[in-house]
Amino acid sequence: MSAHAGTAELAGSIPMVPMTTARSGGGPAPVRIVVAYGFWIFLLSDIILFSALFAAYAVLSGQTAGGPSGHDLFGLRHVGVETLCLLLSSYACGLGVLSIERRHLRGFYLSFALTFVLGATFLGLEITEFAGMTARGAGPSRSAFLSAFFSLVGLHGAHVTAGLLWLSFMVAQTVVKGPRDFVRRRLLCFSLFWHALDIIWVALLTLVYLMGAR
Amino acid sequence: MQGGDEQPSTASDQAPGVGENEAAGSFATYTAGLAFALLLTGASFLVSQTHLLWAPGVSAGLVVLAIAQMGVHLVFFLHIGTGSDNTNNVLALAFGVLIVTLVLSGSLWIMANLNANMISPSATMEMQR
Repeated sequence: MSAHAGTAELAGSIPMVPMTTARSGGGPAPVRIVVAYGFWIFLLSDIILFSALFAAYAVLSGQTAGGPSGHDLFGLRHVGVETLCLLLSSYACGLGVLSIERRHLRGFYLSFALTFVLGATFLGLEITEFAGMTARGAGPSRSAFLSAFFSLVGLHGAHVTAGLLWLSFMVAQTVVKGPRDFVRRRLLCFSLFWHALDIIWVALLTLVYLMGAR
Repeated sequence: MQGGDEQPSTASDQAPGVGENEAAGSFATYTAGLAFALLLTGASFLVSQTHLLWAPGVSAGLVVLAIAQMGVHLVFFLHIGTGSDNTNNVLALAFGVLIVTLVLSGSLWIMANLNANMISPSATMEMQR
């Protein structure tokens, strides 16, 4: 008789069985996991978008049209400070998410303020670099190499700008609504986004700056 | 799916990114990740600025260091690990890596071939005469 009941139950819930893990113990996955997974898929699609620009840069990096090359333009000390800012900003963001999970609001605000300041410093340094290059006549229209450089590094900068806006919005939302479930889900998504930008910067630093400055 | 969503903390409310009772997502994990990332970044700058490596091998060394650092970021910051609840994330990542590899290596390969087979403008003018 138990075999009977078992088959009847199975027939009703077959699609669900393979999707669950031992830990969640049946039923659909929690919202938080579904949201984080969906956002992870988005991040991967964003990385694929970047890979197209990376490929364009790798093909065009030698086409300077008689203009300045990476060796003449890149200041590695400047780039090192930028890297440090972004890395520490990522770390602060991770600590902020840990704090909000433990309902330490003060730690959360402190960490996210630090994340914002470091991210804004990075952006300021990048804008200074771009302005300096354009002033020296090495703007995006000078050569194919510089067009590829400005679109690749500029797209990363645009992502950081969007991230800073999102960060400010999320802090305001936390002030107004408190550390509720949906707020913490959005904060988790933001932290994934911010860490992914750091991964893209590692590729940028290596391919564009370290290899280009040699 | 939305039921019980607004309660402050439920037992099932755990994501792959941040686990409270697991090693993943703790303060120590982030700090270790930061230390590894700083170490690898420092090594990248060192390798590119000094003659520590055999000169033709510097590019390969930099690529290896960059891939190692991306791995550190994925494991320590994004918590893409080998846990059983992480299989979907890892599979999605593997697909992403496949596409990125195809786009990058395919573009470089095809463009290098085109470049090698290209007739220079001066040569075409010679032919027209």
